[in-house]
Amino acid sequence: MSTIAHPSGAGTAPGDGGGDASRRNFLYLATTAVGAAGVGALAWPFIDSMNPAADTLALASIEVDIASVKPGEQIVVTWQGKPVFIRHRTPDEIKAAESVKPEEMKDPQPDSARVQKPEWLILIGICTHLGCVPNFDGQNSSHLGQFNGWFCPCHGSQYDTSGRIRKGPAPKNLGVPKYAFLKDTVVKIG
Amino acid sequence: MALYPSKFKNPLINWIDSRLPIVTLMHHEYIEFQMPRNINYLWAFGAIGMLLLMLMIGTGIMLAMQYTPNTGLAFASVEHIMRDVNFGWLLRYMHANAGAFFFLAIYVHIFRGLYYGSYQKPREMIWILGVLLYLLMMATGFLGYVLPWGQMSFWAATVITNLFSAFPVVGDPIVTWLWGGFSVDNPTLNRFFALHYLLPFVLLGVVILHVAALHITGSNNPLGIDIKGPQDSVPFHPYVTIKDIFAFCVYLILFSVFLFFMPNYMGHPDNYIPANPLVTPAHIVPEWYFLPWYAILRAIPDKLGGTLAMFAAVLVLFVLPWLDTSKVKSMVFKPLTRFCFWLFVADCIILGFCGANNPEGIWVIASRLGTLYYFGYFLVLLPLLGKIEQPKPLPASISESILKGGGSVHAHGATAQPMEKA
Repeated sequence: MSTIAHPSGAGTAPGDGGGDASRRNFLYLATTAVGAAGVGALAWPFIDSMNPAADTLALASIEVDIASVKPGEQIVVTWQGKPVFIRHRTPDEIKAAESVKPEEMKDPQPDSARVQKPEWLILIGICTHLGCVPNFDGQNSSHLGQFNGWFCPCHGSQYDTSGRIRKGPAPKNLGVPKYAFLKDTVVKIG
Repeated sequence: MALYPSKFKNPLINWIDSRLPIVTLMHHEYIEFQMPRNINYLWAFGAIGMLLLMLMIGTGIMLAMQYTPNTGLAFASVEHIMRDVNFGWLLRYMHANAGAFFFLAIYVHIFRGLYYGSYQKPREMIWILGVLLYLLMMATGFLGYVLPWGQMSFWAATVITNLFSAFPVVGDPIVTWLWGGFSVDNPTLNRFFALHYLLPFVLLGVVILHVAALHITGSNNPLGIDIKGPQDSVPFHPYVTIKDIFAFCVYLILFSVFLFFMPNYMGHPDNYIPANPLVTPAHIVPEWYFLPWYAILRAIPDKLGGTLAMFAAVLVLFVLPWLDTSKVKSMVFKPLTRFCFWLFVADCIILGFCGANNPEGIWVIASRLGTLYYFGYFLVLLPLLGKIEQPKPLPASISESILKGGGSVHAHGATAQPMEKA
């Protein structure tokens, strides 16, 4: 902006020298800066209006009764529009999850860091690759994956019985939401 | 004070034109405008694209009057259009199929530009605006695909928006911002509808710039040499207008075959299942016109790498005018480059098949090799071949080239060289 040469116009007063030109450049710069700051300040409400609204944010927690989920079963509940897996693990599955060595994992994490009670595995059911819902691949299923956890149908990511990524393009383990046991059979997610 | 000296005799037209010389402008750009006399039917595809854009906007406005952008109502409102609205089925099937035919026309248009070097100096700006148009088309097509709120709509929205989560740090906030929530949900559908209505008009604006830039340099032609005098060109009207209208008719016949006899051929049956955020369909594929990009995305066994490769594959087109070092535009005179070009066309089709199939076995290898050739063509072959290959001698002029076969001056179209029809 300031590098543009401004030829003196017809209305230029006599004696309009270099000193005035630099003062004019300063005015141009100052006007542009104030304008840019104003546009920037006004742009933020426009941009931020697209972020989650108050009612979306208000759907922050749900309570789930898990008494009817038998060992080896999983239920899927919706939390913040996302599927949440609640899996009642069998002793074999817990043992399998605990015995995996860190070097066998893509995103190493001990099983104990992913559960509050070993028999209850609670996960956000969204593949960390591109957001599909992995299929439950536990007992009595067709065993698409090798790790008895979950298998993503989109691009073939496989998760183990702790929801950790073991094979395929997903970069991270299935997420663990914030949750708390209100009673032995009631869990609050969020 | 002073009025524009309009040369039109009709008093009303003269009154308007002397105050707003739009009639003079249109007369100049679409009647007198000089076109190379040797252009072939591949030069009709820009106009075909324009025709389809008009059809998309027209049908889209009518559909928007019946459609409801709400997750609880969207799917049912589309079925309402199909079953209850007068000619709703026609409008919706026209809109859906014209989208695919718009892409088809634009792909022919792009490959024509690649073959005849239409992106080279002095037409770089036309090309850059064209790539921008293509990006806008892809965004608009994707947004529109989400609106029926079927299973494919929902999961396409999820997978495509999740591409942005590959970027470190800023990725997740961007995705939340795009969604307006913590998953693809009502706010997402609502804004996608707003943007799907907006972007076609942005597209139209950029089309006007694309054509304005074209009318500065004039059109390229199959020989890739400049117009040297009046004997090399014909006025736009009636020569090109009539040729374009004939091309419209042929193209619309093909379009009608799909529209009236197999309107769901290019669709996916899963999109007639209402969106379910808890169940991902077993096999997710994009529409055919996105398949090569999808194959490039999956060719790289890394989330961020795949996303970057896909974006790079489109963005490399922006710098193509500076990657091709050849001084000769048309591949008619460059047999080696021409061979690589046809390999490139085959490569894009193979990548399409890779994108359609599950990423297993041979398809993984094919998509990796295909991705390698895709980038190799732009980043290695074009820069290198432009320096190495000695082009065949160019004809002295367009008229000399097309008249030397002994044809008369009056039958210019009949004397085109066979190779120009490639």
